[in-house]
Amino acid sequence: MREALLGAGELVKLALRRDRIMIPAWVYALTATAASTAYSFAHLYDTPQSRLEFAAGVASNASTLAMYGPVHDPSTVGGLTAWRLVAIGATLVGVMSVLVVMRHTRADEEAGRLELISAGVVGRQAALAAGVIVAAIASVAVGLGAAVGLIAVGMPAAGSIAFGLAWCTTGLFFAAVGAVAAQLSESARTANGIGIGVVAVAYLIRAAADVGPSWLSWASPIDWAQQLRPFAGERWWVLAVAIAASALIVWGGFVLAARRDLGAGLLPPRPGPARGDLRGPVALAWRLHRGTLLAWTVGFAVYGVAIGGLADGVTAIVGTSDSTRRILTEMGGEKGLVDAFLAAAMGILGLVVAGYAVQAVLRLRVEATALRAEPVLATRIGRIRWAWSHVLFAVAGSIAILTAAGLGAGLAHGLRSHDVARQLPRVLGAALVQVPATWVLAGVTLALFGLAPRFTAVAWGVLGAWLLLGQLGPVLKLAQWAMDLSPFTHVPKLPGSALSPAPLVGLTVVAALAAAAGLGGFRHRDIG
Amino acid sequence: MAAAIAIQHLVKTFGRTRALDGLDLTVETGEVHGFLGPNGAGKSTTIRVLLGLLRADAGVTRLLGGDPWRDVATLHRRLAYVPGDVTLWPNLSGGEVIDLLGRLRGGLNEQRRADLLERFDLDPTKKGRTYSKGNRQKLALVAALASDVELLILDEPTSGLDPIVGEAFRDCIIEERASGRTVLLSSHILSEVEALCDRVSIIRAGRTVDSGTLADLRHLTRTSIDAELAAPPNGLAALPGVHGLDVEGTRVRCQVDTAQLGGVLAELTRIGVRSLVSQPPTLEELFLRHYQAVP
Repeated sequence: MREALLGAGELVKLALRRDRIMIPAWVYALTATAASTAYSFAHLYDTPQSRLEFAAGVASNASTLAMYGPVHDPSTVGGLTAWRLVAIGATLVGVMSVLVVMRHTRADEEAGRLELISAGVVGRQAALAAGVIVAAIASVAVGLGAAVGLIAVGMPAAGSIAFGLAWCTTGLFFAAVGAVAAQLSESARTANGIGIGVVAVAYLIRAAADVGPSWLSWASPIDWAQQLRPFAGERWWVLAVAIAASALIVWGGFVLAARRDLGAGLLPPRPGPARGDLRGPVALAWRLHRGTLLAWTVGFAVYGVAIGGLADGVTAIVGTSDSTRRILTEMGGEKGLVDAFLAAAMGILGLVVAGYAVQAVLRLRVEATALRAEPVLATRIGRIRWAWSHVLFAVAGSIAILTAAGLGAGLAHGLRSHDVARQLPRVLGAALVQVPATWVLAGVTLALFGLAPRFTAVAWGVLGAWLLLGQLGPVLKLAQWAMDLSPFTHVPKLPGSALSPAPLVGLTVVAALAAAAGLGGFRHRDIG
Repeated sequence: MAAAIAIQHLVKTFGRTRALDGLDLTVETGEVHGFLGPNGAGKSTTIRVLLGLLRADAGVTRLLGGDPWRDVATLHRRLAYVPGDVTLWPNLSGGEVIDLLGRLRGGLNEQRRADLLERFDLDPTKKGRTYSKGNRQKLALVAALASDVELLILDEPTSGLDPIVGEAFRDCIIEERASGRTVLLSSHILSEVEALCDRVSIIRAGRTVDSGTLADLRHLTRTSIDAELAAPPNGLAALPGVHGLDVEGTRVRCQVDTAQLGGVLAELTRIGVRSLVSQPPTLEELFLRHYQAVP
C-alpha cells in the first residue's frame, strides 16, 4: 500500500496549486452564505416569538419541507439557519467533492496527463489518493469556514461546529462516491454524471423522507447531515455513521482502481462503425449532446413523477394547528397548497435545467479549447452555423427536459387526484413557463463565450447567484429590484396564478439579445 | 496563374507576444511548398490565420484569391487541413470522423477513401479515444487527402508516423502534385521536404528569413571541399569566397561560397588535383545556419 501511494504528496500539492482559485471560491461562497443567513435571521426574527411564528409558517408548508427539511429547533436563530442551509449546503458540498475528485483522477486520465505522471516515481493509487485527499481538504475547509463564520456572527460554538461538521462529512462522503464513480467510466463526463447523479438521488431521498416515511432518512447521506441536529441538541454519534460509510466506499474505490488498467473503465470499449452517417454540424452536435440530454430527460421525468406523486399528499402531512389552517386559507385552501407546492418544485426544476443550458452552450468552449473545433471550422461550415449547432441543444434541450418533467409530474399528480385531463396540461404548463428563463442563462453563457471566452465559467456564478437570490431573497427580505435581477423572479407561479405572457416574451427577448451579442463577438474574435 | 497563397507583412500579436512579425509567404498554384522553422517560429499561427481562425493584426493575406477571414465558407470548400495536433471526439469511430469531415467539406472521393485506408493501414472502426497519436494523424490525413480540393494545408503531418506510412504519405503528395493540387507542407523532417518540395520558405521568430527553390538556397551557401593536391598550395586564402581554410602539407580542406566555386576549382586544377571530394551543403546545414543565426 505504501508503494501504491508513493508520490501522492506531490500530487496533492499539484492539485492544490491547480485548484487555488476554485476551492477558495467554493469555501468563500458557502461560508458567506452560512454567516449571512444566520446574521439576517438574527435581525429579521429577533424574538423567540417571531421565530416560532416564522417556523410554524414554513413547517406547515410541504414544499418547503421537501426542499429544506424540518425545523428541528424553531426557537433559536441557529435552529432556523440549520433548517434553511444544512441540506442545501450539504448537497452543494457533495457536488464540489465529486467535481474535485474527478478533476484530478478520471479527467487527467482521459486527457493523458496521468500517463505522463504515472511514468514517474508515482504509485498506482497515488492519483486517486490525491484526488480524494484534495476533496477532503476542500470539505474540511468548507466546514471550518462555516463553523468560524457562524461563531463570528454570534452563534453558539457547539452548534456552529456541528453545522460545519455536517457539511464537511457530507463532502467526505461524496468524495468517496467520486472515487468509485471515477473507476466506472473511461469518460470523465460520464463519471461526473454518475457522481452528481448520486448526489441528486440522495437529495431526492431526503426530500421524500422529510415528507414521507421517516425510516428513509437513514438511506441518504444528506439526511445524515440533518440528523446531526446542529443547534438542536447535537447528536454527535451521527458523525461516526457518516465517516464509517465514507471509509467503506473509499476502500471500494481503491479496490476497483487496483483491478483496472490505466485509462480503462469497467466496461470494455466496443468497436464503432467503419462508415459514418453524420450529415453536418447539427448531426455531430447531436452525437455529442445526446447522452447528456437523454440522461437529463429521463432523470427529470422520474423527478417529475416523484413530485407529482407527492403533491396530493401535501395537505395530509400539514398539521392541524390554528396557524396552519389560517395559512392554508390564505393560500387559497387545500387546492392552493398543492398548487404552491407544485409551483415551488417547478421553480427549482427551472433553475437546475438552466444548469443544463449552461453546460450545453459551454460545449462550444470545450470543443474550441480541445482543438476539435478547428478541423470543423476549416471546412465550409461557418462559425455561426457551428455555434448554432450546439446552442440549438441548449434551446431545444431545455424544452425537452422540462416537458419530460412536466409530463411526469402532471401524469402522476393527475392519476393520484383522479383528474388527468385537467391536471396534466396545468402541470405541464407550469414546467414549460420555466423555459424562457433557462434561455436567458443560455444567452448569457453564449455572450460570455463570444465576448469574453476566458471567463465562460462566470455563467456558473450567475446561476449560483440566481439560486441564492431565490433562496435567500425572501429570508433577507431583499428589495424587489434585487430580486428582479433573476429571470426566475419573473416566471409566472403556475399552476395557481394567472398566466401572463408579457414576462415570458420579455425573457425570450433578453435571451435573444444576449445570444446575438455573443454570436456577434464570436464572429470577430480569434478561435481558441 | 495567381498565387494560391500570398501573404505580405503579416503581423499577429497575442497580448505582448508578437507571434508573427511581418511574415511573407508566397505559394504558387500547383507547387508543393515547404514551410520550415524552429518550434514556436509561427508556422501554426500562420496556418490558423490562413484558415480564418485567427484574425491578422496587419498585413495582406490572400488565399486562393480570397480573404481568409471574410470568405470562410467559399474558401474552405476548396481546401483541406491536417492539424499538427489531431484531437478526436472520444466517442466517435474513426470512420465516422473521416466521413463527417468529408461531408462538412462538401464531399469526399469514395475510391480514394478506401484506397487511402488501405495504404495507411488504418482501422476505421476504433473509437476516437483509443487511437494512438500516429493513427489520429493518419485519420486526419485520410480525411484531407480523400477530398477533392485544390489546396492542402498540412501542419507537420508526418511527425507521428512510422517510416512505412511516411513513405506512403510521400507517394500520396507526389500524386497530388501530379494532379495539379497545391500543398503547403509544414515539416521538420528535412529529407521529406527535400524529396517533395518545389520551393521552401524558412521562417524564424515570426519573419521569413529565406524563400526559394532548394537550388536557390544552396546557391547562397558554401560547398565544402576536401582535396589532395600535387603540391602544397599557396595563395588559396587570398581567393574570394574561401572560408575555414585548413592546409596539412598537400591536403586542403575548406568551405567555398558556392558562387565562387569556379575560381577556386580553377586554382586547384592549376596546382594539380590527386583526389577531390566536394559536398553541396545538406539541407540540415542550410537550416541550422538559419535557425541559429542571430537576427
